[in-house]
Amino acid sequence: MRFWIPAVVAVLIAIGLALSPVNEYFFYAAYIVLTFVVLATAWNILGGYAGYVNFGTAAFFGLGSYTATVLFKWLGAPLALQIAAAALVCGLLGFGVGLLTLRLRGIFFAIATVAVIFIMETLMVNWRYVGGATGLQLLRPEVMAPFESYTRMLFAVMAAMAVGAAALARYVQVSWIGRGLRALRDSEEAAECAGVPTLKLKLFACTLSGALMGAAGAPMPMYLSFIEPASSFNLTWSVNALAAAMIGGTIHWLGPVIGAVILGTLQQVVTVTISSEVNVLVVGVLLVLFVVAAPEGVLGLIRKIMARVR
Amino acid sequence: MVFSFDLLLEALMFGVLLGSFYAAVSIGLSVSFGLLDVPHVAHPAVMVLGSYCTYLLAGYGWDPLVAGTVLMAPFFVLGMAIYRFYYETFERRGTEAGVRGLAFFFGVAFIIEVGLILAFGVDQRTVSAPYIGSSLRLGDYRIPHRMIVAFGVALVLTFTLTIYLSKTFTGRAIKAVAQDEAALRLMGANPVRIKQWAFGIATAASALAGAMLIIVGPVEPAIDRLYIGRTFAIVVLAGLGSMTGTLAAGLILGIAESIVLMFFGASWAPAVAFGILLLVLGVRPQGLFGR
Amino acid sequence: MSSLLKVENVSKHFGGFTALAGVSIDIAPGERFGLIGPNGSGKTTLINCISGTLRNETGSIVFDGEEVSRLPAYLRTRRGIARSFQVPRPFASMSVLENLLVPYEYVEHLKEADAGKQAMDILRRIGLEDKAGTPSNQLSQVELRKLELARAMAARPRLLISDEAMAGLSGAEVDEVLKILFDLNASGITVIMIEHIMQAVMRFSQRVVCLDAGRIICEGTPAAIVANGDVQRAYLGA
Repeated sequence: MRFWIPAVVAVLIAIGLALSPVNEYFFYAAYIVLTFVVLATAWNILGGYAGYVNFGTAAFFGLGSYTATVLFKWLGAPLALQIAAAALVCGLLGFGVGLLTLRLRGIFFAIATVAVIFIMETLMVNWRYVGGATGLQLLRPEVMAPFESYTRMLFAVMAAMAVGAAALARYVQVSWIGRGLRALRDSEEAAECAGVPTLKLKLFACTLSGALMGAAGAPMPMYLSFIEPASSFNLTWSVNALAAAMIGGTIHWLGPVIGAVILGTLQQVVTVTISSEVNVLVVGVLLVLFVVAAPEGVLGLIRKIMARVR
Repeated sequence: MVFSFDLLLEALMFGVLLGSFYAAVSIGLSVSFGLLDVPHVAHPAVMVLGSYCTYLLAGYGWDPLVAGTVLMAPFFVLGMAIYRFYYETFERRGTEAGVRGLAFFFGVAFIIEVGLILAFGVDQRTVSAPYIGSSLRLGDYRIPHRMIVAFGVALVLTFTLTIYLSKTFTGRAIKAVAQDEAALRLMGANPVRIKQWAFGIATAASALAGAMLIIVGPVEPAIDRLYIGRTFAIVVLAGLGSMTGTLAAGLILGIAESIVLMFFGASWAPAVAFGILLLVLGVRPQGLFGR
Repeated sequence: MSSLLKVENVSKHFGGFTALAGVSIDIAPGERFGLIGPNGSGKTTLINCISGTLRNETGSIVFDGEEVSRLPAYLRTRRGIARSFQVPRPFASMSVLENLLVPYEYVEHLKEADAGKQAMDILRRIGLEDKAGTPSNQLSQVELRKLELARAMAARPRLLISDEAMAGLSGAEVDEVLKILFDLNASGITVIMIEHIMQAVMRFSQRVVCLDAGRIICEGTPAAIVANGDVQRAYLGA
């Protein structure tokens, strides 16, 4: 209950905002920040809870976008169906990638996930139906009342998705699943000998993580009215998800949320005031800074401050 | 797709040259990751940094190959500094920190890439030299001179490193530290110093590789992303720590890419390296000559 | 009499190095079994193959009539094989109590409350109840070894393998751990003990096997083993 009441309130606030006369640009920017929240939360399920750092977010995000596009182009599918299909397809990809790579340790796993990104991108580049390398223009359908603009509606949808992702992450974290993941992160061999089915748990984390990332990617083509491989599968999505989670703190579901909000907002400000390249520099610098100096992230810092205060 | 033996032969020849170039580019990683176990995903980025430094020096009239060789010294120092920092911050603190080391190098790669964009812009850069633009006629085939230069440098680099690692005292110490650090400590050698030295060498090799990169073709800041796939595919296919394996694996990749390029087109070429990487990791993770 | 654990002709290589060369042992239910041998003789490798941490290349491992050598480790734990690790591997992000909750939740499928109660019981028996809330990465070496044993006990095994649990313990502490193992055995648990502390092995074991360079060089009662020339040579290297 301590979670759900604020969560529902948050969604209601989001919807309320979307219906209010707030500046359109706010929704445009906030949508991206909320996307980061979902991606970082999803990343943390595998990267933080299980300790399998991966760079593959862009693969699932991009595939989610493309699945949504295909469904839209082929069937004129509504957004809800696009999101569901993207989650399903990317969950399957997560499962498959997991089967192939979870036996590999640390860096091999990470590099394998990069490989998946490029292979996915190459496949889309060579697929005429989705526009190949040049991509596709997409015509947004009529926006549903009571929302004034499609972007506002997408903002509300993404807010709901962010809450949903956080709810799932929280459940995994506090349940016996979370303890098993932590055990395998601390010592995979000892966990196995303590009865933990490590491969099954890792596959679960991989599948859930992939599905959420795919869901986050699904509304993107509608948001941009456009889709093309280079930006959909851009490695920057990967570094943002990873950085947001590590900056916020990886042991608790709140960490990625905090990290994503900080990082996302900062990036929006920088893009508007300086340039979009410096944007990526900000992510890189903050990531390195936190990984070196504050490995437990913002949550860790807060904990230390509160311990001193007492 | 038009299949003919002529085209195949041309693809093979080009592949051998391309492959040795890829091998030279990956040798640094064979040492830093293959032998020293450092999760150095920033290796291609450092190499691209070398390319841009070469570009700068070439702007002053330096021959790019000379520039690359000269750059090896400052890059050696840079490599030692990077390793020292990595060791103090991450390796020392155990396996939990190892995971963060990976994230660290990922961040560094991005910082380098964006730094280059801010300094040089996103446009492609090239250098010029007498051997760039001309080619050798061999019967019906034309082999670009710059590829021959890259081929030559690759052989020299691989050969030198292999000899160094097996014949000199420091070289053998490096191989020893890769196998059994504890034993080395007992023999009175300082493994951290040795690893630092090795990482320096690997980074110096990257400087030369960077010079070759911009000799062989135009360079832009984001090109490191593609080379993550190529270098890691080669290092993994070779088997960690094998220098000659790196050459062999490079050739395999070069030929595979060349054939795909010839018969399927450029849009499929990027997937070759990553595809090989996944295949090797899935089927035979210890590679061809793995330890 | 049917054996609880029947290891037959098990081999394991690491590259060119032969860690185990055709090892066979037969352990009866309720037995107290000692495994000794110089460092590098393959004791831990054998345990790894039995517990499933490693796969044996040849031979079979039959536990309670079932061939388990193809099963992943977690399934073997659920069948009743538990082991402690020679170099302690605590779940460092968890408290001592939480470390024990893992096997309770995953082997016994208990809810957290019940698991907590039973875990405290074990901690009391082993002398760690004061440290229940302590993060396990703050324990001393001795306490870590006790935690290893406690975690193996929490899996409610039928076969418990103790891999050098007493290394570095004082005389009194060795007696403590020995008593726990005796009590466990009295309650029906078969115990395999790997130790270098000879007086502990000899007091505890009904039967002892000595490994050297991946092979069994001697098998018998404690007294017979101690007197055996091969064993003395293996340890003294003469």
